[in-house]
Amino acid sequence: MAENNNLISGATGDWEIVLGLEVHAQVASNAKLFSGASTEFGAEPNAQVSLVDAAMPGMLPVINWFCVEQAVRTGLGIKAQINNYSVFDRKNYFYPDLPQGYQISQFQQPIVGEGAIEIDLADGVVKEIGIERLHLEQDAGKSLHDQHPNMSFVDLNRSGVALMEIVSNPDMRSAAEAQAYVKKLRAILRYLGTCDGNMEQGSMRADVNVSVRKPGDALGTRCEIKNVNSIRFIGQAIEYEARRQVDLIEDGGVVEQQTRLFDPKTGETRAMRSKEEAHDYRYFPDPDLLPLEFSQEFVDEIAKDLPELPDDKKARFIADYGLTPYDAGVLVGEAENAAFFEAAAEGQDAKAVANMVIGSVFAGLNKADLDIGDSPVSPAQVGQLVGLIADDTVSGRSAKEVFELMFEDGPDQGKDPAVIIEEKGLKQVTDTGAIEAAVDEVIAANPDKVAQAKERPKMAGWFVGQVMQATGGKANPQAVNQLVLSKLGLD
Amino acid sequence: MSVDENMVRRIANLARIGVTDEEVPALATELSAIIGFVEQLSELDTEGVKPLTSAVDDKIRGREDVVTDGGYAEDVLANAPEKDDEYFAVPKVVE
Amino acid sequence: MTDLTQMNLAEARDGLAAKEFSAVELTQAHIDRVSASASLNAYVLETPEKALEMAALSDAKIAAGEARPLEGLPIGVKDLFCTKGVRTTACSNILGDFIPPYESTVTQNLWADGAVMLGKLNNDEFAMGSSNETSRFGPVVNPWKAHGQELVPGGSSGGSSAAVAARLGIAATATDTGGSIRQPAAFTGTVGLKPTYGRCSRWGIVAFASSLDQAGPITHTVRDAAMMLTSMASFDPRDTTSVERDVPNYEAALIGKGGGDIKGLRVGIPQEYRVDNMPAEIEKLWQQGIDWLRDAGAEIVDVSLPHTKYALPAYYIIAPAEASSNLARYDGVRYGARKQGADIDDMYAQTRAAGFGDEVKRRVMIGTYALSAGYYDAYYVKALQVRRLIAEDFTKAYEKCDVLLTPTTPSAAFEIGKNVEDPLEMYLNDVFTVTVNLAGLPGISVPAGLDANGLPLGLQLIGQAFGEETLLRTASVLEEAAGFDAQPQDWWSA
Ligand SMILES: [Mg+2]
Ligand SMILES: [Zn+2]
Repeated sequence: MAENNNLISGATGDWEIVLGLEVHAQVASNAKLFSGASTEFGAEPNAQVSLVDAAMPGMLPVINWFCVEQAVRTGLGIKAQINNYSVFDRKNYFYPDLPQGYQISQFQQPIVGEGAIEIDLADGVVKEIGIERLHLEQDAGKSLHDQHPNMSFVDLNRSGVALMEIVSNPDMRSAAEAQAYVKKLRAILRYLGTCDGNMEQGSMRADVNVSVRKPGDALGTRCEIKNVNSIRFIGQAIEYEARRQVDLIEDGGVVEQQTRLFDPKTGETRAMRSKEEAHDYRYFPDPDLLPLEFSQEFVDEIAKDLPELPDDKKARFIADYGLTPYDAGVLVGEAENAAFFEAAAEGQDAKAVANMVIGSVFAGLNKADLDIGDSPVSPAQVGQLVGLIADDTVSGRSAKEVFELMFEDGPDQGKDPAVIIEEKGLKQVTDTGAIEAAVDEVIAANPDKVAQAKERPKMAGWFVGQVMQATGGKANPQAVNQLVLSKLGLD
Repeated sequence: MSVDENMVRRIANLARIGVTDEEVPALATELSAIIGFVEQLSELDTEGVKPLTSAVDDKIRGREDVVTDGGYAEDVLANAPEKDDEYFAVPKVVE
Repeated sequence: MTDLTQMNLAEARDGLAAKEFSAVELTQAHIDRVSASASLNAYVLETPEKALEMAALSDAKIAAGEARPLEGLPIGVKDLFCTKGVRTTACSNILGDFIPPYESTVTQNLWADGAVMLGKLNNDEFAMGSSNETSRFGPVVNPWKAHGQELVPGGSSGGSSAAVAARLGIAATATDTGGSIRQPAAFTGTVGLKPTYGRCSRWGIVAFASSLDQAGPITHTVRDAAMMLTSMASFDPRDTTSVERDVPNYEAALIGKGGGDIKGLRVGIPQEYRVDNMPAEIEKLWQQGIDWLRDAGAEIVDVSLPHTKYALPAYYIIAPAEASSNLARYDGVRYGARKQGADIDDMYAQTRAAGFGDEVKRRVMIGTYALSAGYYDAYYVKALQVRRLIAEDFTKAYEKCDVLLTPTTPSAAFEIGKNVEDPLEMYLNDVFTVTVNLAGLPGISVPAGLDANGLPLGLQLIGQAFGEETLLRTASVLEEAAGFDAQPQDWWSA
């Protein structure tokens, strides 16, 4: 096993963080797991609540089969064991946003068993994180505690929405690893289309189990930080919590197993006050639901139209396009990005396309706060521009300008690069006569620099720069370079 | 096994049924009697017997992923003991 | 005109069809009788206006030649069935004045077939009881009396059994989790049919124990039971434990006047039902039933159901366990009667302490205990294993026979208050009925005779899963042979 170089140091030496995640991913379904009410985000309070979701007397659950398919699909995507026979259990506890007084979940026999996810770490290292299980369960409603001085308000719109709870093994050793894991899992879910991965809207959130130990020691007592809803917060919560535990132990205290909340405002975690002291969920098979059974053909059918997943796509990008693992990794992070790249790379130098996508396109989108689907520059236009650089129609420097004109608000937004080059006269000058004239002009105007250049040949670069400027960047840089060197007698 | 008073309190708390100190001893006696009665089950050797959770010998049926329900907040809230606008209202929950 | 409340369902249907009287007249006669019978406490809510409205519609249908199977027949509904716009409480304080915005599938089926609702019938709180003494509305009084004593009508469907026996409705809906249809029927001289689990939808019926609950009718005759079941039963996509299977016309399964030819039918007699201390007259009645069926051409076979003794203890784990979870929704948040508390958990505790009666609390607590960490395997899993053994007993028995004949109860109706202090004594009422629920089988209680005190006693027939037609045919033979025509003396009408 690789050495852990993510240790945190304390007064008594180094400490290792041990992390396991339970990610709740909302199934991208129209209707809820056991009722026909809508799952759409942002509705008026209690507008998307059926009698079943409100746990009216005598109401019964009927499973949404699409959600079963999505769980199987996700299970296949994380290369996990699919259980053709699983059981829905009731997890019993009281909470105002849990209308039935129990959550329908899966306990002893989940729909998906062990699997694994590979995460990409900064130094190009790939690490495998084990998946313990994936099960289907209902989401709870939402309690609002800050609307009234002594009341809490309950909205049941989320009550009964289908969740996949994906439980990892405690295989992660740093906040960065946990973040990479969530990113990777989110990418897989999005590739599969089984969850939209939207953390702001709560369709994906993580319970983070944190413990610390001296390297080589047995596992320490863990605390569970509930419902962390952004990748950044996951990092902050872990850093804070691990440090808290180390300080606590080093001060002679003991870590108590508890459920904690992360407060994004302070960046701190704190123990939940209302948590049931006696954790006794009294799981038992839900007598309203027969066991969940399906055939192997059902699974095979789903397996047949599984899309290419991030790891496979990355490998293909490296092998087929000659991309660096880093570039390939960046591009496959989102299925849409990968698709954009592939469309742009058609018939072009893929490496150059990758550079332009990762550089210009991503930077532009980032700055304009746009999704790739809304990019003003199409993949074809990126490809065209790369092609125009390759055939010397435009210099790299002018190409940057062309890209900006294509991308930014203005009369040229969305125009093909060839048109902009034509209209703006940005065509690269390859006519040696014109370049020679420009070179001569610069040499004539700067006799002192010429003298210096004889001493320090590196000064040639200065002349090239001046010529490029004089030609508005349109001169072919190689040609300029060659002429400058020969005119200065440096070749 | 008998159900002692601590156990009565523990179960009552899990079940969220308020019990007074006066009620606890009688409940302990009653529950112990019932537990004593059901304990005859331990006479039976059930090694290897698969638990039977349902008498229905059928496959689970599912629904399609179509929105067919909801959209009647007034009905959902009509019987609420306390509400505020379109919300159910409860004594403040402290997390 | 004759007293319109003295007919059974089939007679009333035929009278309506022959235009001997109108649905409104028939309904009004029952409304009057119900309102004069408050001392029985059978109804917890009367809906005369609704009844007359429905009856008027029925008369129009009949006039138009569009009569539906139960057109214009006034019935009572156990308060466990949610009825749209009509208060439904399961006879528990915790439901307060809950008015469901929905109608249970079973009652919807009945209304769709033309039946008329007279009101909501009393029952044991959440159907937990065998005497109808745990209701928030107080005990139901059995129309039958012995030595002037007020007796229980059985439970939990005591309002249903008392109403039918006292002719406060030509039939009634009921539910049976451990014997709650058959035992009260036996106590009141009525017919009580518990169908196969999955035959009737549970949607909209307040749940007690989901894997055991099943709706069925209480009626005057086996034919009436067949009529009711034909309407009540359905495959319901909203209840995935309801079984996707055609509903036959059960009445058509009854051939001829008596309703049945059972020549060659093998009737099993389970030896284990000869329990200790069984009253001699029950024993005698059972033997009488055996003779009747033999005389009608049935072959009598001794069978063994070796795990019978363990059914009641298994039931008193499984049913409370499921109930403890099913009743968690009564938390004072979305409906029902809330009691204020210092904080949310205190609100729950106060609400549930005030809202649930003693028996419900006991069962919820037993169920909570049986499911809790450290006890789950010893109690809950064990009970489910025993449940399988019990179900397998029946499977083996049915290799040798087609139906089983047993007594319905170990005694006749008892005095109000007699068993309230002793839950275990009360539980023993279900000793012959509870096995049927555990195995999910259909069972029917047929009034078969009177005991020395002049109180009705019932015999139970147990069928195979979805063997309701054979069960009803056999029951009608038993019914005809018994010729039970005793009626309680009307002491209660005001
Ligand atoms: Mg009962
Ligand atoms: Zn979960």
